[in-house]
This record gives sequence, structure tokens and C-alpha cells, in this order.
Amino acid sequence: MSDILVSEQSAPGSGGSGRPSGRLLEVDDLRVEFRTRDGVAKVINGVTYHVDAGETLAVLGESGSGKSVTAQTIMGILDTPPGFVTGGQVRFHGKDMLRMSAEERRRIRGEGIAMIFQDALSALNPVFTVGFQIAEQFRVRRGLGRAEAKKRAIEMLDQVKIPNAKGRYNNYPHQFSGGMRQRAMIAMSLALDPEVLIADEPTTALDVTVQAQIMDLLAELQRERQMGMILITHDLGVVADVADRIAVMYAGRIVEEADVYDLYAKPAHPYTLGLIDSIPRLDEKGQQLRTIKGLPPNLMNIPPGCPFNPRCPMAQPVCREKVPPLLQVGPARASACHFAEELVNRV
Amino acid sequence: MGRYLLRRLLQLVPVFIGSTFLIYWLVWSVPGDPFAGKCGERRCPDQYVAYMTEKYHLDQNVFVQYGNYMKNLLQGDFGQTFSQRDIGDIIATAYPNTLKLALVALAIEAVIGLGAGILTGLRRNGFLDNLVLVSTLFLLALPVFVVGFVLQWLLGVQWGIVKPTVSSEMRFSELIVPGFVLGSASVAYIARVARTSIAENRRADYVRTAIAKGLPMRRVVGVHLLRNSLIPVVTLLGTDLGALMGGAIVTEGIFGINGIGREVYRAIVTKESATVVGIVVVLVVVYLLMNLLVDLLYAALDPRIRYE
Repeated sequence: MSDILVSEQSAPGSGGSGRPSGRLLEVDDLRVEFRTRDGVAKVINGVTYHVDAGETLAVLGESGSGKSVTAQTIMGILDTPPGFVTGGQVRFHGKDMLRMSAEERRRIRGEGIAMIFQDALSALNPVFTVGFQIAEQFRVRRGLGRAEAKKRAIEMLDQVKIPNAKGRYNNYPHQFSGGMRQRAMIAMSLALDPEVLIADEPTTALDVTVQAQIMDLLAELQRERQMGMILITHDLGVVADVADRIAVMYAGRIVEEADVYDLYAKPAHPYTLGLIDSIPRLDEKGQQLRTIKGLPPNLMNIPPGCPFNPRCPMAQPVCREKVPPLLQVGPARASACHFAEELVNRV
Repeated sequence: MGRYLLRRLLQLVPVFIGSTFLIYWLVWSVPGDPFAGKCGERRCPDQYVAYMTEKYHLDQNVFVQYGNYMKNLLQGDFGQTFSQRDIGDIIATAYPNTLKLALVALAIEAVIGLGAGILTGLRRNGFLDNLVLVSTLFLLALPVFVVGFVLQWLLGVQWGIVKPTVSSEMRFSELIVPGFVLGSASVAYIARVARTSIAENRRADYVRTAIAKGLPMRRVVGVHLLRNSLIPVVTLLGTDLGALMGGAIVTEGIFGINGIGREVYRAIVTKESATVVGIVVVLVVVYLLMNLLVDLLYAALDPRIRYE
């Protein structure tokens, strides 16, 4: 379940390998750029990850690392222009979705792969009731009648533990609280029983107490339905509880992939190490918070060599010359660092 | 909702009184002798002038006059012209014609304006977008009477596709060209507002959600995008309907339509002040009610708007 696909990130513009592997959803050497008036930003530079039924992959990274753009490319909701896919594959059941007809892709959305968004208030249509937006899935996609669709929508609201689901059916999104809205969003995306759920920072806009409830709900639904889940987040705390594997992204690449325990115990990339170190700790109360110095690179002008080298405390001359490929460093983990072995083997 | 409606209707009262009073005052204080030319070549006999002055309370101050007028009006009596015709009858004959023309113009605005706006808003900077931008600019720049005469001459006289004037039966097919002329400037406005609105909402999060749900593009645009983009367009259409129902002096004149615009024009020229006031009062009421209707439509289109 968790062997790591190795990609050659340094090869520019190379297409995906296209070999079938029996995986549910795999992203293979994906490359996306944004063509803007000011220049071309290379947002995704060879991302490879996969998710299987019943497992949760967390994609971790700062804003601008490309985690959301990857998700949008999988869903086929990338704004084009400015976004253009320049290479790679997104395979669902072994079939490259980037080569499918628009109609084929549409049918996968919602039924094969569904997505929940960060801000449910703006992601739900303000002028339709929550019930309508859920029932719409049953009516349009399943061809059910009005009454039956309504019944199923209320069942969905019940499943995401919205109290008084029947009464809430006719409420508009702005009449829901933040947490309830995100629950409604989840109900809507799970309506057609998708095989993969992509959750793009599902708890970022919520109170901390509500965050935990929503994550618990997501984890529970994922287990019940044996879905593959891609959880996009920048919150290490969220990840630890629910993820099976973690892929860390930086400047449009995967820099480290490992299972949760390994990643926290012994990060194999200095960026991951920096992220873990910058979690505020209770036993260091009153001291200055630790951060990773510097800023993520300008994607229109990514530094040569390892993109992390300007901020890396371990940087050596080789880091400024050669892009480190994502290589296996253990039984089930990979890192894109020239010194991954040293990091893993240190005491 | 009920309380809001009541409050809005009550607000109409001072607006109605204020605007009708201003009109009354303005129209009757236009300089010139209202009886000049009423009796052919001669000066009107003193008896006639005295009778008419008495009848229209012309010797009293404007407040008393207005009060009398309103008293009659509230009983449904619009008064009479100097030639003893009931003004209520004039309005009742002319108004349906204006209404028909206004509805045809509105339908043309909605269909062409909204259609062009949606198509260009979805595909900005394409050929169609530029075509619509240029042609709407053209329509906006041309005065109505130019559009009217050119279309009448071209379609009615040169090519003979339509009859150059509208018959008294006011058939729907005859009203298409006048309706387009009347709505031409608004078509351009509506196309542009709809285009901007669609283009803005096209990138909205909820549209992305609708696509991610796997809904067919037809439904994403026709249901999710359109409903949100319609709000500014409906405002424009609603206020425009109020204006259209005020009659179209130029368009009605060009196509020989016996509508309210022509009547008010005729009344102004012949100094039939009572007719002018009567018609304008009706127009004020129609306009106010249309505005109220637009405000109520907002709530129907956007549930976030609640009237308390």
C-alpha cells in the first residue's frame, strides 16, 4: 500500500510513465504553470502521489506550495487561463483523466472523486437552500424525483450529524454556522458516494473546537465508506490524527513522503524538520517561536538546484547546482534531499 | 415581509404628494394665457374666461387648487380638458397602447440584452464579445430618433419587411420594430451589465463547486451562475419598465402609436394643463410601484436580503 513512486523531478516536461499499477488515484509527474502578464510561474514541477481505497494521504505545505493547484487539476477545475497543465498524468483507476473527454471527466466528478473546499460560505451557492444543493446531486446526477431526492438529502444531512436535518433542509447557507456549513458541504460532496474525497483545508476557516469535530467526522466517514482521502492542509496537528501517509510539498514538488510516525519521529528533509520544529511547544512557553527563515521562492524564478537551498540550514554547494530527485530512503519513505540518508540515520 | 411592505407603501404617500404637487404647481405656473387660441381667431369672451376660471379654480392659490384636484382625483375623477373631454377617458384609451409597447420593448431588452450579456460574459475577449461591445457602443451613442427613423425607412420603406407605422389594432408583429427602437439604448446597457455580472460570478467559488459536483455545464451556467448574476440585471429591467411605461414621446411619434407619450406631448403643446397633470400623476404612481416591485424582487432572487 505504501511503496513510494519515484519520480525524476529534474527532467523538464517529461510526460507520465503511463504504466498501469492498479491504484485508485495517482498523480504522476504532474506539471502545471500559470501564464500571467508578468511571466510564467511554474506552480507544479513534477508532483507524484497516489491514494488507495481506505487510506488517507495528507498533503502538507505552505500557501503557494502547489497543494491546492494539484487538487484542482485532479478535479479539472483549474482556471485556464492562467493555469495550464504542461506534463504528467492524473490516473483514476489507471485511466489518464487529462486525456478524457470533458463529458467523461464530468461524470467522474462527484461520483468518482469529490471535493470539499476551505470556505464553505463562499463555496455554497448563497441563493439556493442547503437542501436544494444536496438534493440537486440526486436529481441531476441520479435522476431521482423531487420527493425521493429530498428524502436522500435529509439522510445525508443526518449522516453528517446536523441536528434537526429535516428542519434545516430549507435553510440557506448564511443561516448556518461555520461548522454546520462545512458539514453541509461534506454531505453534498458525499451524496454520490465517491471513491476519493479531496478535502482542501476543510477546517482552516473554523474555530479550533469545531475543527476537531469536523476532522473527526471526516475521519469517521472515510473509515465507514472506505474512501481514499486526500487531505490538504498546512496544519501539522490536524495531520497527525487522521493521516496514514504524508506528502510534504515545497515550491511545486514533493520533498518528502512518509507514513505519519516516521515523518514525525525522523524527518528526512530539512524543510519537514523546520516545519515540525516550528510547532509551538508548551514546555517552551515565553520563548521566541521558532520559524523557518526566509520566504518560499518566487515561482517565476525558482533558484537553481534544490528550491529549498536559500532557506536550508544544511545547504552545501551541491544543493545550489543539482536538483535532488525524490528517492527512496527507507522501506516506505522518500525524500528529495541530497543529505536524506544523513538525516534519517542521525541519532 | 408584511410589515416591510406596509412601511414601503406608507413611504409612497409623502413621495406621491410631494411629486404630484410639484408637477401641479409647475404645470399651472407655466407663463402664458391658458385660453389663448381656444376660441378660434377671436379673444375668448369674458363670460367664457370667467366660467373656466371658476371651474378650474384659477383665481385661487395653488394649494387650494391642488387640494381640490386631489380630492377629485382620489374619487377617480381626473377632471376634464378645456374642450370638456374626460381626461380619465384619454388615459384609459392611450395607456393600454403604451403598456403593450413597453412590454414588447422590455421583452426585447431581456432576451437580446441578457442573451448577449451571458454569451459575452462567458467568453470574454472573443470575436462575439468585441462585436457586442462595438454594437452596444453604437446603440448607446445614437439618439433614439435616429435609430427609429433609420429602421423605419430601411425596414418599412426600402425593404418593405414591416409596415412603416403601427395600425390602431396594435398587433404584436407590428410592435417588434418600435419595441426594439424604444429598448435599443437599454438593450445595450443590459448587455453590458449582464456581461460584467456574469464574468465576475464566473470565477466565484460556488460556480467552481457546481462544476466540482459534476453538474452539466448547462446547469452550472443556467442555474447556479445565472441566478446570482441576474440581481443587477433585474434592477435595471425593473427601473427601465417604470421608465418605459412613462410612454415614449419619440418612438410613439415616429411609428404613429396612440400612446400616453403622444397624449402628454399634445397636451403640453396645446397648454391642456389638466391633462398633463393627470397623465404625469399616473406615471408617478406607476414608477413608484415598479420601484417597489424591484425591491421585492431582490428578496426573491437573493435570500440574504431580508426586510425587517
